[in-house]
Parts: sequence; C-alpha cells; structure tokens
Amino acid sequence: MRPANEAELAEAVRAANGPLRISGGGTRGIGLASGEALATGGLSGIRLYEPGALTLVAGAGTPLAEVEAALAAEGQRLAFEPPDLRGLLGRDGQSTLGGVAAANASGPRRVQAGACRDSMIGLRFVDGSGTVIANGGRVMKNVTGYDLVKLLAGSHGTLGVLTELAFKLQARPEAEATLICRGQGAEAGIAALTAALGTPFDISGAAWLDAGATGADARTQVRVEGLAASVAYRAGRLRDGVLRNFDIVEGEASAALWREVRDVTPFAGRAGAVWRLSVTPTLAAGVVAAIRAAGHDDLAAIHDWGGGLIWLLLPVAGDAESGDAGAGAVRDAVAQRGGHATLMRGPAGIAAFPPQPPALAAIEAGLRARFDPRGILNTGLMG
Amino acid sequence: MDMPQANPAVLSRKAELVAALHGLLPGDAVIWQEEALRAYECDALTAYRCPPLVAVLPRSTEEVAAVLRLCHSMGVPVVPRGSGTSLAGGALPTADCVILGVARMNGVLETDYDNRFIRVQSGRTNLSVTGAVEADGFFYAPDPSSQLACAIAGNIAMNSGGAHCLKYGVTTNNLLGVTMVTMAGEVLEIGGPWLDAGGLDLLGVICGSEGQLGVVTEATLRILPKPEGALPVLMGFDANEVAGECVSDIIKAGLLPVAIEFMDRPCIEATEAFAKAGYPMCEALLIVEVEGSRAEIDEQIARIREIAMRHNPVEFREAADEDQARRIWLGRKSAFGAMGQINDYMCLDGTIPVSSLPHVLRRIGEMSAEFGLDVANVFHAGDGNMHPLILFDANKPGDLERCEAFGAEILKLCVEVGGCLTGEHGVGIEKRDLMTAQYAPDDLEAQLRIKDVFDPEWLLNPAKVFPLHVTASRRAA
Ligand SMILES: Cc1cc2nc3c(=O)[nH]c(=O)nc-3n(C[C@H](O)[C@H](O)[C@H](O)COP(=O)(O)OP(=O)(O)OC[C@H]3O[C@@H](n4cnc5c(N)ncnc54)[C@H](O)[C@@H]3O)c2cc1C
Repeated sequence: MRPANEAELAEAVRAANGPLRISGGGTRGIGLASGEALATGGLSGIRLYEPGALTLVAGAGTPLAEVEAALAAEGQRLAFEPPDLRGLLGRDGQSTLGGVAAANASGPRRVQAGACRDSMIGLRFVDGSGTVIANGGRVMKNVTGYDLVKLLAGSHGTLGVLTELAFKLQARPEAEATLICRGQGAEAGIAALTAALGTPFDISGAAWLDAGATGADARTQVRVEGLAASVAYRAGRLRDGVLRNFDIVEGEASAALWREVRDVTPFAGRAGAVWRLSVTPTLAAGVVAAIRAAGHDDLAAIHDWGGGLIWLLLPVAGDAESGDAGAGAVRDAVAQRGGHATLMRGPAGIAAFPPQPPALAAIEAGLRARFDPRGILNTGLMG
Repeated sequence: MDMPQANPAVLSRKAELVAALHGLLPGDAVIWQEEALRAYECDALTAYRCPPLVAVLPRSTEEVAAVLRLCHSMGVPVVPRGSGTSLAGGALPTADCVILGVARMNGVLETDYDNRFIRVQSGRTNLSVTGAVEADGFFYAPDPSSQLACAIAGNIAMNSGGAHCLKYGVTTNNLLGVTMVTMAGEVLEIGGPWLDAGGLDLLGVICGSEGQLGVVTEATLRILPKPEGALPVLMGFDANEVAGECVSDIIKAGLLPVAIEFMDRPCIEATEAFAKAGYPMCEALLIVEVEGSRAEIDEQIARIREIAMRHNPVEFREAADEDQARRIWLGRKSAFGAMGQINDYMCLDGTIPVSSLPHVLRRIGEMSAEFGLDVANVFHAGDGNMHPLILFDANKPGDLERCEAFGAEILKLCVEVGGCLTGEHGVGIEKRDLMTAQYAPDDLEAQLRIKDVFDPEWLLNPAKVFPLHVTASRRAA
C-alpha cells in the first residue's frame, strides 16, 4: 500500500486486518518486521521552509536528498548529519525524512549538535488505531504538554506511522578542518579524542578507526567547523596542544573523511554481522577488547562520538544464517559496562534491538499497547 | 482557577498518614503543622495558594520510594517539588496532597571530565551544578534566570531553557539519564553516561512531563568545557520590525550567537529607571552574545556589525571588557526585577515563529489598549520565545482577572501564528485550560495515555497540564 496523503494513510491503518510493515524508502530499516508493506513515499514534499527562522516542515515521505538539496541552496543543513546506510545495509532506493526520524539516525556531529531527536521540533503521526495525532510544532522552544516528538523519534514505526515532521536547522559553516593521525592504538586514539573534547575548541567530530576498518593504519580524526579564521585558529591550538603532530586536512578532503565514518563505508560490502553500540567513551576500548576475547579476534571497529559509538564488524559470526552474530559476546560486554547494542545487519533469527530491563520493558509494552492496541505496527520489532 | 475538590477520605486520615510517614523518615523530614506547611502553599505563581496536607523532605531515592509506596497504597495524591520557582503553578499543592520536596537531596554523586558528565541528586540547584565543575573549566549549559534557586528536578520537569539555549539547547538536549521513582514506588534507571538510551526514548518524554510521570531523584547531565571567552553587543533600532529583520539576517548569515535577547521600549524605560544600565532610549533593543577566543569574538562582532548597519541602528555598542559586558547585560538581567518595582506583573512565555514577530508585537500593542493594561516585552529573539510582562495592580478588584484574560488572548495569538503556549515555563495550572487551543482532542488523548502507563491511578500531580474536564474521569477512577 502506498497512500497518497495522511487521510488515506490513516484509513489504510484503520482498515488493516493484519500486521503492517512500514517503510519510508526502505533504506535503513533493521531487524524483523513482517506484514503487508505500508509505504510513506506518497506523503512527500516540503511544506514550509523559513531560512530566517531555521525551520523546515515536510512530509514524512520526502526524500532526504530533496531536503538536503533545498537546504544547501540556502546555505543550511540538518545539524545531526544523518547517515546514509544504503551501502552498509546493501539497499538501494531513496532515504526519506520519516525513516531518518523513526530511526533517530544521527551522524558524527551528534557530540556537538545533538541527535536527530534534538533537531526534531514537531510531528504528525497515525497511531495503530488509525488516529491522527500532532505534537510539538514549528518553533524551536516548546514545552507545551508531553514531548511525544522525542518518544516517536527512534521508535522505528512501532508507536505510529510518521506523516509530517518539523526540524530545526543549522547554517552550513564557512569552513571545516580535520586533525588526523595514523597508527594510534585504541587506547591512545580514544584518549586523544577525549582530550580534544575536553578543550574549549568546539569539536564537531571525534572518531577512531582500527586497522581492520581502514584496511591500512588505524586513524584518529577530530573535526572543527565554523568561520574560516576561527577554524584555522582552533585547529592550530589543537595541534599545538592535545593533538600534537596531527596533520590538518581541510575542505572536501576533510568532509570525505567524515562521510566515511557517518555512513560506515568501511564495512559496506564486507561479509559479517554489523553491530552498533553506544557506551561510555572511556570504557569503549575495554568493551571491544572483551568482545575480541570472547572469540571474535577478527572483528573490525569504528569508534565515533568520542569513542562511545562503536560500529563493529564480526566477519564470521554474522555470515552464516545459523550464526548468533556474536550476540552473546556483544550483549555481555555491554551489560557489564553499561550502554546498549543493536544488530544493524545479521542473521534473521537474532533480535536486532537490545533487551530492556524488566521495569522499562513493562513501560514500553504499556506504551505500545496504548498506541498500537492491535499490535499491527512493525509487530515485534522492538519488543 | 479551579482545583479539584480535596478528597475527604484522604483528609480524614491525616493523623494516620503522618504517623506512617514518621515510620519511614527521620522526624524533621515530615512537616505537618499548619504554620510550617505555609512554606509550601505556592510556587512563584503566587496568586494561587493552598497548603498541602503534609510535606516530606526525603534524603535518598530509597526514602522517596518508601514515601511513594505509602501514598500509593493510601490513595494520597503527591506533588513533587524542587525549589518552588515554577511560574506556572506546577508545584501548587492541593489540600489533600503530600508535597514531596527534594531540596535536601542536593549532593554531587559523580563527576567525570573524560566522559563529560556529572551525576547529581535532583534537588541540587542549577547554578551549583556549574559551581561543582567550574574550577576545572567545565559548565552545565542550561541557565534559566532563576538558576541560583531552581533545582535540577524542576528543570527536568519543566524542560527549562535559558539565555544560552540558542547554541546549547534546553534541558532535554543536555540530559543523559535519570533515576526516577514511579508513583507505585518502583525505581527506574533510564539512560546513563552514554548517548541516546536504548529502546524507546523514555528520557525524552519524562523531561518536560511536569512531575506527572515519576519523581526524579538523580540525574546524569552533560557538561561542556567552558568557552575561552564571551562578549555581548548591544544595538538599538527605531522600530520592532527592523530589529526583527536584523535577527533574521544574523541567523541567515550563519552566525551562531549564544544568545539574542530583545527588549521593547516599555521594557527599556522600566529597566533604565530601575537599573540605570545606560541603555539608549529607542523602540527596540537587541543584545547579542558571541563566544570564543578574543580574535574569534572580534570577527563575529565585525560581521554582526556589518549586518546591523544595513538596518540603520540608532546605537551599536560593543563591550570592550568584562565590565562593559556586565553593564550591557545588567538591564536585561534586571528586567523582571524592574517590573516588580513599579507594578505587579504576569510573565507570559509563548513562542512564535521568528517571522511573525512584528505582527505579534503590533497585535499585543492593540490588545494592550483594549484591555487597558500595559505590556513590556522582553524575549529570546533567536528562538521566538516571548516573555510579555503584563502590568496590573493586585489590589485593584478585577485587575488580576483582566490580566489573565489578556494573557490568554496573547497566548492564543501565539498559537494562531504557528507557535505555542509555553516555550520554557511549562503549563502547570496557569495554561492548563488553554491546552485545547493548541491541541485537538486526539492530540491530548495521546498525551494522557502516557500518564496512564506511568501512573494509572492518576495520583502524581494530577490537576496540572491538562484541562480538568479532560482528565476528570481518569482522576475519579
Ligand atoms: C525570576 C524567575 C526567572 C525564571 N527564569 C526562567 C528561565 O529563564 N527559563 C526557564 O525555563 N524558567 C525560568 N523560570 C521558571 C522556573 O525557575 C523553572 O521552571 C524551574 O525549572 C523550576 O524549578 P524548581 O526547582 O523551582 O521547580 P518547582 O517550582 O519546585 O517545580 C516545578 C515543576 O517540577 C515538578 N518537580 C519538582 N521536583 C520534581 C521531581 N523531583 N521529580 C519530578 N517532578 C518534579 C513539580 O511538580 C512542578 O511541576 C523562572 C522563574 C523565576 C521565578
């Protein structure tokens, strides 16, 4: 089904007599959801764009590329740097704004500018009963009633089908520069990220990629953005200080380094299970070491967000349909140190989303029962 | 302002309740004598007062859980309280409620500069969070003007903002985790020092839920390294429209000031008379603050000056040093106090799309004449969060009611132009009955479902946020 507007979509949900599998462009959905496909692509188009107020409202089916092009024309962008995971997940098609929001998809700039959910200021959605619900609005500051915008962000279509979204925007900076160093080990590399993030130099990206990810030397990279003179000043101060002897790359060369991290390009087209972990940055190297020690010495890792966001490629485990994708090792390592892990790519039998502690699981189940009483929206996906 | 009838069954069991509470908490943590309870009869919305049945001041999550289990079993409503600075009546008691104050829970539990977070008990004041990390070069970004007094608990409940939220965001953007006790006494741990909690974003919905979903006892907050420096510039214009255009041009130019504050003529006049900050007398005044090293600041100010000059400012004043910077902020920071000197006032908090600014200010001016009450406007221009201050005389019969009616019209206007009822102060009791102006019945129902899940008996701060008629059946059940 591909409704042409919100009313049709609501009607389709009301009329559904079995599970629905919701898809925007089908480019970033993870895990298992079964049922009849319900595509949001018909709800497309930018409805309001005010560059002077840094706000945009668009249909949930609007292609991300269309939004990004419109913003670029005014020298603006989505602050949270949404990843393009098509290569990683082996999909093609058009990523949509609704898919980005439903996955709370956030890139390297998360450490400075917040996640997708932090840029979301309003939305409309259709719940599992076919009721249209609005929350938030088109203004940046709004505490009127409960914040369902955040609740729906990252709910992967399990509480409702997003139909319209409002975002706050950011001006594109005049310049960017990346400080880069090759050959540091995990501990040293992440320590460098930590040191950089502890300076007043407004870091907008901090990542370390191991040799298995780069295919050559490990790479430590730290980004600053802003007015040209300010970027030069801050890059210089970092290189004279906590990032001594790092090289500086600018402009497109710098941007390319971050696209690679954002889109997890090093793992695209390589066989194996792919995990995404969010942990306390200074514990990140230990988490990965523990997973290695548990029989996954062949893994490759990319640490973003100052080290705390870990993308892991487990070559053997995830390949075979029968494998456990390393789930035992990954979830144990995270459970011991705090955080959560999601299986982004792997065998169908393994739950993609992290199990929640019982008290929170009960609340989540309560919310699902009320927003989707028939249990038809991406059934069983998150819990 | 209607509040629900106190439950006689609860009132009649006061002695039993007090005795049971004494079994759970040290003697000085249970307040039940009438005079002592007066301290809890209102928050900063002082027009409404009602002493609670009992107030308790626990010192730990365990004590909070014990109190909540007791109240839950006895069917006693609970109103959580931080420092009582809410301007929306969020912490207003009912006669049959227990006020659960977290003021004694003010410790720092953990500071971690490498991972850039601090974990505190929720009764700690906002300013003292920054105070705990400042010497090491860090700060906690959300900075409500009430930061000397207000508690992190209240900040989380109201999703409070501050002057610097244009760059750093509001509370929800700086909150990493909470320990929260549900009305049934269950302790929930949500989030932590890592980014973006797993599962549904419960943290996102708890922040801003005005004490209706649970009692927050501990919080993990993001801290940031302090910028090298910051300086404000002040500019005056001879029309509100022009100031509005200037704000829009600064934003479009891609400059990211940490704050853009706006004051109109009535506000400038009142603050001048009170604080003598030396502001120019003009129709509209902007204070724009930028951050960075000296050279970075100079460059940003040069660009802002270039933009401002295109709008023919009547004044453009740079701060050469700390002292001049302080003087530029002086008037703005004393604006509320200045108003309080000359009059009683009601502080509104609607947000509008920045582009509607001239229209909204014109309409407020017209309505001011219709209602016969003066208004001074001071607001966060970068994000459209307005604080019109309506001046009235509390001793004059009918003035408060007229003021409230006028305020309601202004807030409806905010909604009409695409904005909202409250940008940072919260709904509380003050804007409760206006919620239907912003939300359709289905939109409200969706919010009530959340409360149904966290607090099925509707015992936690039950008379707030939603119009009473909308929640009546749930509260009665
Ligand atoms: C002069 C002045 C200036 C102000 N400036 C600003 C400003 O710039 N920006 C801004 O956003 N606000 C501002 N405020 C409003 C107010 O300070 C904020 O709303 C603040 O966050 C309230 O904190 P509090 O600790 O005083 O909370 P309280 O007033 O005690 O309570 C506020 C709400 O929080 C709930 N609550 C309290 N503790 C808990 C808990 N432990 N768990 C769950 N819920 C709880 C209460 O039930 C109530 O609903 C200002 C107020 C004043 C008086």
